[in-house]
Amino acid sequence: MKDKPESRPVSLSRGRRLGAFVFLAPGLAYLAVLLLVPLGLVLSYTVFQRGRFGGVVYEFTTENFTRLFDSLYLRVLLDSLQIAGLATLIALLLGYPTAYLIAQLPRKWKTIALVAIVLPFWTNFIIRVYAWIILLSPEGLINGWLQAFGFGPYELLYNRGAIVLGLLYSYLPLMVLPLYAAIEKLDPQLREASANLGASAFTTFRKVTLPLTLPGAITGSLFVFVPSFGNFVIPEMLGGGKSNMVGNLIRSEFLSARDWPFGSTLALALIAVLLVLLVLQAWVTRRA
Amino acid sequence: MLKIDGITRRFGDVTALDDVTLEIEQGEFFALLGPSGCGKTTLLRIIAGFETPDAGTVTLDGEDLLSRQPNRRPISLMFQSYALFPHMTVAKNVAYGLEQEKLPRAEIKQRVGEVLETVGLSELAGRKPHQLSGGQRQRVALARSIVKRPRLLLLDEPLSALDKKVRADMQLELKRLQNEVGITFVVVTHDQEEAMSLADRIAVFDRGRVCQVDEPVALYDRPRSRFVADFVGANNLFEGTAGAKDELETEDFGVLPGTPAEDVKQGDKALLAVRPEKIGLSQVSEDSETTEAAEGAEGTESSEVTGETGLKGTVVDVSFYGGVSHISVDVPGQPRHVLVAVQGASEVKPGAEVRLAWQAEEAVIIPVDQ
Amino acid sequence: MFLYAPIVVLVVMSFNSGRSAYTFEGFSLEWYGELAGDERVMGGLVNTLIVAGGSTVIATVLGTMLAVGLARHSRSKVLDALAFMPAVLPDLVLAIGLLLFYGLIQLTLGLYSAVLAHALFSMAFVAAVVRTRLSGADSSLEEASRDLGAGPVTTFMRITLPQLAPGVIAGALLAFTLSLDEFVIAYFTIGNTEQTLPIVIYSMIRFGVTPKINALAAILLLVSFTAVIAGQRLTKIGERVPRAQD
Repeated sequence: MKDKPESRPVSLSRGRRLGAFVFLAPGLAYLAVLLLVPLGLVLSYTVFQRGRFGGVVYEFTTENFTRLFDSLYLRVLLDSLQIAGLATLIALLLGYPTAYLIAQLPRKWKTIALVAIVLPFWTNFIIRVYAWIILLSPEGLINGWLQAFGFGPYELLYNRGAIVLGLLYSYLPLMVLPLYAAIEKLDPQLREASANLGASAFTTFRKVTLPLTLPGAITGSLFVFVPSFGNFVIPEMLGGGKSNMVGNLIRSEFLSARDWPFGSTLALALIAVLLVLLVLQAWVTRRA
Repeated sequence: MLKIDGITRRFGDVTALDDVTLEIEQGEFFALLGPSGCGKTTLLRIIAGFETPDAGTVTLDGEDLLSRQPNRRPISLMFQSYALFPHMTVAKNVAYGLEQEKLPRAEIKQRVGEVLETVGLSELAGRKPHQLSGGQRQRVALARSIVKRPRLLLLDEPLSALDKKVRADMQLELKRLQNEVGITFVVVTHDQEEAMSLADRIAVFDRGRVCQVDEPVALYDRPRSRFVADFVGANNLFEGTAGAKDELETEDFGVLPGTPAEDVKQGDKALLAVRPEKIGLSQVSEDSETTEAAEGAEGTESSEVTGETGLKGTVVDVSFYGGVSHISVDVPGQPRHVLVAVQGASEVKPGAEVRLAWQAEEAVIIPVDQ
Repeated sequence: MFLYAPIVVLVVMSFNSGRSAYTFEGFSLEWYGELAGDERVMGGLVNTLIVAGGSTVIATVLGTMLAVGLARHSRSKVLDALAFMPAVLPDLVLAIGLLLFYGLIQLTLGLYSAVLAHALFSMAFVAAVVRTRLSGADSSLEEASRDLGAGPVTTFMRITLPQLAPGVIAGALLAFTLSLDEFVIAYFTIGNTEQTLPIVIYSMIRFGVTPKINALAAILLLVSFTAVIAGQRLTKIGERVPRAQD
């Protein structure tokens, strides 16, 4: 009788631990096997040599990293940065006013506008990119219209501009949503307070609205930049293989050249760039 | 100084402000008092420039205000939420308005230092708003508003976000500051005690209209409508018809003593309002009557007016509030319990038969609202 | 405008009677008929449904348990981050990691390897959606149930799960939609013998643009829009975009 009240909390906490194990173990095991092990493989393959017919030979080498800094590959990395950066910048410039306008709408229209922004995002990615081929190609609709007025045809497809456009089109909703969330959260009284203290609309925007929505802008930029940077479908379909991005390179190292170790090294470089950006984001967000 | 003339504002079918006319004097501490949704905040936002009225004019020292952009009005508004800029320090928040005037840096620094000194926040100049307590935030908001030396300071429910104890401190602080800086203050509040203790004059709002503009004491002692009588402090109301002189004729209680307001004529339908603390209460017992004098109806007089003539009722509840006791009395024929306040602890017990009485000059007879 | 014009053009062109994907010659359902007779397309469709269905089942069960475990039985930030990682990592990195892993264990690639791969990232989204729901749910209900003598399993089945049902359904729908549309990971992990519909479209486009692709695209658009609107009825916008909430 005496130790019954004592044994109860013990059995409870044991039950809780058992519960934790039952709930967490399957999912975590899945993550460990299919996420951590594969990532570990990517990481470790970077220091091994390629097999003659694909695969990997477990002999240590730093050759993959030396190759990474070869001007040829460095150039591709820089190009990818540039293209993804440009798409992100344009998305920000387009996305900010859009998000701002949506935030000013009456409640009912807000929801409709947000759904309208998100809806295309839920359609097949390949199809959305494909739609642009129809619009942009030399025999496509835009050139068709231009020719009706006696212009062109222009090379609209298979260049950098087309890649940027494709990335922008595919990921713009990812910019608008976090921006909208940030702008919506902003207390309208802060803007009124600024006006009341004598600031013009422009000053209010620059000194109050912009700094307070900066974290949203950074999150949005990251959401656009991350999938843009490692993309290989859009450069291939709209860029026509002329301008390679890191993604294309990784893809061909794995599926055509069968050089897994170097492909892994490229992937590591990609992750490294994204990590730097994430750290940067965390830093700016904490300061704001 | 500030003239509000015929301001009307409608939102859809709702009329937030209906032909409001007010005049506020230089250096005055003026309160707009009313329940939520009575339009007082809308009026404040019109003066500040965040709303546009459908009709009417607002002038400040003869200058038209409505044609000016909000950022070009010599008026500061202290927001209910304080609206401090969360990404700026206290000093930056306070300096913000001065920076807009393009003043030299040294002067900004000096004036920010001075005003922070005044509100007692000098040590916290480098903090961000989220690191401050509610009362400190309120002081920052106040400092930010007065540092520009506006001609008029509007305060929207300045104390509502504070807890009770801090509120009492800030109330004194506001009064002191207003004396010191000599700016005209217009404060919006739903709290009648706050309005009474702060303001020189009070405008009571009801459903978009001004019911009465008066000094606190006059407002309390001589309400001119049922709404004001009911809203400002506790009041006991009796319905009837105005009698020949200082009295109200009622169906259920006979003739009750009271002083008619100016616009009440004999034979008009009217209401009699008497404050709980003005009512004398005496216990009816088999052989003798013990009298408890209420504060207003002091001493011997009260025992004189009580007796046979007063209202008869039964005590329902007695609650002791420290300094005073509130006694609810059920008077047959009166829909609400009559509330009586007496000094100190009361000796009557629930169930006791009592008589209630007051003198004519302690009660007012007011017209029934149309 | 910018978002919808390309989609509209695509749908209009799918009713084209001519051979060209670019110039509209007249209204026709010819290409839709042709689609139905295309074995590759129909095979792709079946595969897509198998992969989406299979991965959704795994992801919903594991993701829900993970969400409950993380919310109620763990305070570890590391585990939180781990659970959400597959949703944040670039799909390409996930794809090659899995490819290397399957290579290492000498698994022959096929539908099941794609199912396992899709379940990985879907699980992260299910867990995120269910957690959002869970944080709004009242944990004292579970404590009350335990206090009344119910075991953890009974409590989970009879108290927690019914409360979570809308979140679980929303999560499952999200997982299914994501898997339907997913290309990169499937492309790397499904091998050479099988194809999902996005892969079919991708390889068709590489051989040239035809109105048949337009028709296929239009059908997929219709399916996705329907799924999203159905999901919209079950959950709020915010919950459907866990990425944006991060």
